Amino acid sequence: MRVAGFLLLLSGWVIVLAAVALLHPAAPQAWFVAAGMAVEILGLGAAARSYVAGRGGSR
Amino acid sequence: MNPPVGTLSDTAAAVSMFSILLAPLALAGLALVNTGLGRSRSAAHAMLASLSVVGVAVLVYFVCGFSWQGYAGSPAHVFLAGGRPWNWIAAQPWFLRGIEWNGSAPSLIVLLQLFSVGLAALIPLGAGADRWRLASACVSTALLAGVMYPLFAHWAWAGGWLAQLGYVDAGGSGSIQAVGGLSALSIAWTLGPRRGKYTAEGMPAAIPAHNTVLVLFACFLAWIGWMGLNGAGAILLAGAPAGSIVLAAVNTSLAATGAGLAAAAITRFRFGRPDASLCANGWIGGLVASSAGCVFLAPAAAALTGLVAGALVVFSVEWLDVYLEIDDPGGAIPVHALGGLWGLLATGLFSRGGRIPLLPQIVGIGTLLGFVLPAIHGYHWVLDRIYPQRVSAEGERQGMDLHELGAGAYPEFVIHREDFGQR
Repeated sequence: MRVAGFLLLLSGWVIVLAAVALLHPAAPQAWFVAAGMAVEILGLGAAARSYVAGRGGSR
Repeated sequence: MNPPVGTLSDTAAAVSMFSILLAPLALAGLALVNTGLGRSRSAAHAMLASLSVVGVAVLVYFVCGFSWQGYAGSPAHVFLAGGRPWNWIAAQPWFLRGIEWNGSAPSLIVLLQLFSVGLAALIPLGAGADRWRLASACVSTALLAGVMYPLFAHWAWAGGWLAQLGYVDAGGSGSIQAVGGLSALSIAWTLGPRRGKYTAEGMPAAIPAHNTVLVLFACFLAWIGWMGLNGAGAILLAGAPAGSIVLAAVNTSLAATGAGLAAAAITRFRFGRPDASLCANGWIGGLVASSAGCVFLAPAAAALTGLVAGALVVFSVEWLDVYLEIDDPGGAIPVHALGGLWGLLATGLFSRGGRIPLLPQIVGIGTLLGFVLPAIHGYHWVLDRIYPQRVSAEGERQGMDLHELGAGAYPEFVIHREDFGQR
């Protein structure tokens, strides 16, 4: 889950970059940037949860 | 967008130089905060580590960091994608060659950046306090100062692709604070919590600051230093006129005081008494949040930014401690990572006359979370496998002072038996 979390973080950034590079600065660009940020937040949550779960095993 | 530098008036150069010379006080303040919030048996180690990482950061930045960061208008590598140029890294010579040392804007930027990269390097020490080896901290700092910091700083400050989009960060909420704060998050994950911090059931134990007076005094030092950082950054990196230093100082002060008082009020309401450590963290969080928009916000907006930053720090300290089991003795993650990201967002939300668009600020935040954090965690993961970042269990029990330095910070203190007992 840790690796998946960091991959989601990177994927979200790629979505944000793609929105900036490929779309015009109008409504769709903002929506794609928002979608990329949502993916990043999911990734951050997954990475954080994986560390809590990993610590549970080592306690 | 950063205006190309090189056209500073004598007044602007003098004001910038004066501001830059205040900046080391921010470093001193942060070093004292980190030391005071840690344990007494690691105090000397914390201060020596602060000096060491600042030294490593400055030297590595001198060797190669600035050559990759550059300044607005300096030679850079650019590629085309989506029909637009993407300026992604500078192409300056190494060892600061090519800079004219005559008070020119690039020379002042170099001086400011030496202190800025030192400040960024100090931030992760707060999260790794009491258990991060000195040598490991220095190696991690070399990568931060030599690669990650200059790369993001180029994007944000030196005409890079983020600056081209309209991203604004006058004093370094993102480039200095969030980069350092995300490095702190990564090192907290890599090291794990201090021994005795969590029970077998995962309940956190309070490990109080060993010198609260030091921590609170450091807030005053940091306040002065931050006014210098923000003022110089506004003139040299955001192209603000020299007179705007007054607004930068006012906004910095309002954000810090607002954040400190918000933390005091919230802890008074929640715990019955104001919590000194959290108030100090709130104060610094306000300074951090003030940086990005120090000359783009009206004073009322700066105060509001500070109030929110103070609240954010108090609640996120508890959230990280209890729910995410992240042991961050110095509060580096809530203060610098969250405070920095909030400062970037607030600049887009509250800028005077809506001059700063929100979308580039969000793209900047997305880049910090989606690129900078995984990259930093990647090199910490590799470093930890080559040479363990965390001190041995015996070393942690002894304290970093005795284990790594051979002598304690306070040799005349009476050592209580329970301080050295196994938790």
